[in-house]
Amino acid sequence: MQVPAPVEYERATSVDHAIGLLERLGGSARLVAGGHSLLPMMKLRLASPEYLIDINDLHGELGYIRVEPDEVRIGAMTRHRELLESGELAEVFPIFRDAERVIADPVVRNRGTLGGSLCQADPSEDLSAVCTTLGANCVIRGGSGERVVTMEEFYRGPYETAVEDAEMLVEIRIPVRPSGSSAYEKVERRAGDWAIVSAGAAVWLDGGLIADARVGLAAVGPNTAGLPAVSDALRGREPSEELYKQAGALAAENCSPVTDMRGSAEYKRHLAEELTRRALRRSVVRINERGWHAGIHDRQR
Amino acid sequence: MTTTDERPAGFENNDHKPVGHGRMLRKEDPRFIRGKGRYVDDVQLPGMLHCAILRSPVAHARIVSIDTSAAEAHPKVKAVVTGATLTGLGLAWMPTLSGDVQAVLATDKVRFQGQEVAFVVAEDRYAARDALELIDVEYDVLDPVVDVRKALDPSAPVIRDDLDGKRNNHIFDWETGDEAATEAVFASADVVVSEDIVYPRVHPAPMETCGCVADYDRIDSRLTLWSTSQAPHAHRTLYAIVAGLPEHKIRVISPDIGGGFGGKVPIYPGYVCAIVGSIVTGKPVKWMEDRSENLTSTGFARDYIMRGEIAATRDGRILAVRTNVLADHGAFNGVAAPVKYPAGFFGVFTGSYDLQAAYCKMTAVYTNKAPGGVAYACSFRITEAVYLVERIVDCLAYELKMDPVELRIKNFIQPEQFPYRTKTGWLYDSGDYEPTMRKALEIAGYDDLRKEQAERRARGELMGIGVAFFTEAVGAGPRKDMDILGLGMADGCELRVHPTGKAVVRLSVQSQGQGHETTFAQIVAEEIGIPPADIDVVHGDTDQTPFGLGTYGSRSTPVSGAAAALVARKVRDKARIIASGMLEVSVADLEWVKGAFHVKGDPEKSVTIQDIAMRAHGAGDLPEGIEGGLEAQICYNPENLTYPHGAYICVVDIDPGTAQVKVRRFVAVDDCGTRINPMIIEGQVHRGLTDGVGMALMEMIAFDEDGNCLGGSLMDYLIPTALEVPDWETGFTVTPSPHHPIGAKGVGESATVGSPPAIVNAVVDALKPFGIRHADMPLTPSRVWDAMRGVPRPPV
Repeated sequence: MQVPAPVEYERATSVDHAIGLLERLGGSARLVAGGHSLLPMMKLRLASPEYLIDINDLHGELGYIRVEPDEVRIGAMTRHRELLESGELAEVFPIFRDAERVIADPVVRNRGTLGGSLCQADPSEDLSAVCTTLGANCVIRGGSGERVVTMEEFYRGPYETAVEDAEMLVEIRIPVRPSGSSAYEKVERRAGDWAIVSAGAAVWLDGGLIADARVGLAAVGPNTAGLPAVSDALRGREPSEELYKQAGALAAENCSPVTDMRGSAEYKRHLAEELTRRALRRSVVRINERGWHAGIHDRQR
Repeated sequence: MTTTDERPAGFENNDHKPVGHGRMLRKEDPRFIRGKGRYVDDVQLPGMLHCAILRSPVAHARIVSIDTSAAEAHPKVKAVVTGATLTGLGLAWMPTLSGDVQAVLATDKVRFQGQEVAFVVAEDRYAARDALELIDVEYDVLDPVVDVRKALDPSAPVIRDDLDGKRNNHIFDWETGDEAATEAVFASADVVVSEDIVYPRVHPAPMETCGCVADYDRIDSRLTLWSTSQAPHAHRTLYAIVAGLPEHKIRVISPDIGGGFGGKVPIYPGYVCAIVGSIVTGKPVKWMEDRSENLTSTGFARDYIMRGEIAATRDGRILAVRTNVLADHGAFNGVAAPVKYPAGFFGVFTGSYDLQAAYCKMTAVYTNKAPGGVAYACSFRITEAVYLVERIVDCLAYELKMDPVELRIKNFIQPEQFPYRTKTGWLYDSGDYEPTMRKALEIAGYDDLRKEQAERRARGELMGIGVAFFTEAVGAGPRKDMDILGLGMADGCELRVHPTGKAVVRLSVQSQGQGHETTFAQIVAEEIGIPPADIDVVHGDTDQTPFGLGTYGSRSTPVSGAAAALVARKVRDKARIIASGMLEVSVADLEWVKGAFHVKGDPEKSVTIQDIAMRAHGAGDLPEGIEGGLEAQICYNPENLTYPHGAYICVVDIDPGTAQVKVRRFVAVDDCGTRINPMIIEGQVHRGLTDGVGMALMEMIAFDEDGNCLGGSLMDYLIPTALEVPDWETGFTVTPSPHHPIGAKGVGESATVGSPPAIVNAVVDALKPFGIRHADMPLTPSRVWDAMRGVPRPPV
């Protein structure tokens, strides 16, 4: 049995209570949600916070998926399993279901949360890549109120975010735009492992041309990175295998993988290309399929 | 015992039916599936303290000083012990199972990351662990030897300067076969193929880590040790020798064990620490290692760097196999193998083929890595041997452009050649290889698979079909040849039939999940006709069972299984005499039908074994010269090893874009002689095949250049899940062992031995369009991608 160092434990009863505790205890306190990153680190004594503030009771307050016409809002305590099982979310952003199918295993997914995943800021983490791909905004609350930051602002470095000591991430907001779809591709050594490389893609079409597209990668750099160069190359173009190939090449150029136990830097760069192509292809196929289904639906009506 | 309600349609309730061999649910499972197993960590004794071990953070360093004062001041700490303390007790070093010594706690230097440096005994597990942080050790870091290929460089740091006059990292050279004869065959052969083949370091990673509860009674000078041991009797004797405790005052209990795979054969420093902790404090002391400690410090497996060579005629007659091996044994030579076999049974690298010559030369060296060497269901290094020969035979098939199945069948030892003496001196007891291979081909639909492969290749898809055929040597072993630290490898067995015809059989071997409580009851039942449900199997307690060397190397059924059959026959012989008295006929006029004797020609006149048991213990007269009671004891010395064999076929698909390998199908046809409980055999095979997927595709204990272990958690050291394995397709043939009393051979490790080459052969076959002849394990996507680009890299 691996045992953590001594730690004080308190259960927060509301977001305000949690923030109050954070204000009082300062940097020696850590929030624990699903606990699937923090607790193993504590057991290995890689992390030894003095205080743990358990926010699992806030699931009622922060566990939700609200799909609105222009925006999807997801509470920070929404669990992986809820993201996986939400048909409403999959309808708008199928990338979530793609990713959740390959995140860890059911035991972890029953417990782990969206907010916990993002705040861990692990460069290999999948939901970070998903949120980056979708251009999500993060709502951070502190004693003096809320502020909203982009994903680019949210990540400051590996395992480092814009969330300050007395703040917590409470919500993710994702803009909804018409004629879009998305997809996620991951290569792992074994089911449940962290990604060797993952790629997310989101595409919006307008009259057969790409109105906008975004690609987000995981495990190929210090932070899960969006790739503006890829978006620039895709905008205004007609989807094609050749275009996906170009986008893949750009993705591979614009990432910075390192060699480790999961694979060589060269291989990861190759995957960045291959998976970007696959994710873009699948996104466009999904838009077209939905168009087709919508057409049938219209005719039936 | 169990109900049939929830079982699938067509399930035959056979739980009690076989009065002997046959498919039957495991007697031990009701307690396991209800969470009522009793493992070492379940042992709670009044006043029990907890031990935690401080381990070296570096691979190689001189210990300058250790300050334990702050730890000793911790309010819950009862003792802090260092190497210096143990030196005072004469316990700082202990013998390994292979004639070396290993530090219990480091005194002079640390020699691998994770090595034991000090231990704390405290009131609870948390306090013990907290106190480790309070021990201050100053290290003078030395250059480590990590690259095994450089271990013998004259400039390499000397790891074992504790050994008198040791000036290098050489452990032993070993050879087998005839070097000159082999060279002569190679010199004149049409075709010679050679390949560098690495079997990387892996770890058995059992679900239950190692640990013990030591309870030393100062009044009686008696030590009781609950321990995760595959060999309780051997351990007791070794504790007696190491610690100077009288053997009759030591009781070793191995309760339920959560997997061993060879990793629980050695005595680890932690066990000795807990014993010392109990002696020092006068209280029971529990030590359970955590997962990282298990992966980084207990017995690893493999780590052989092999050059394989094969000589053949142009038309595919294999003439000779030769190999040169560099073996990484880590910081202490902790190999668990019979004394005369420093490389285990690697000598069976000649495989299942009729050769003219064979030769192996091996060099073993020290490195700054954890010690061990034989673990993970390897049948004493047969895993490495079979992998070598089955890989090199495939390389030959590649060069000859021959079908690998055809090449194997052409070279099989023929049934009439058994018993067959190999060129390295092993006497294969029995075998009939071609029917086993044919059965596997039939189940797999081999010809159709090859057609499908051709079609897929034409479309640019990567599909591979891999074949492996193995012969194992299991059941160590004959006492004339084999011992471990002077202890013969025979096993005792005792059978006692109670007055009401129920029985207890006591074994010297120890189950770690193999189902001994069922299999051994069935062996006895088959011989004596008492239903298995009426036979209790007692094992894992040195006070309750006869002496024997324990369970590893697939030896339980070949050795102890034979003992169980023979002791039952001994009891039956006595029962026959008693029956003759009861039926008032001569012994020669009795006929045995399972469970009863009857008068020849008059089946109405009969007595059951239960009737006889009551008479044996009853008040009536017994035949002259016959004592009361119905029991016997024997010690079985095997005449030879048993040699199971099998044919395995694997089908893989590789994603050409990502290089991910998917094992689509796996066919395993095993021949382990007489099959006692087919369900248990299938379970063992399923487990071993899963091991094979792990080793072939993902498992490896790797180190960085500083000697830091990179596999210290199950997030880093990957083991396969249900998602990585296909539905196993198993089959069997039966070639009984001629010398085993019931014709059974060992099977526990067959699948672990046979599956890695089948999977690797399949992956390499899939990569044939890239001109690839060999790629080393583990075949992770990144490493397969390297191979696809023509640059397969060795893992070390």
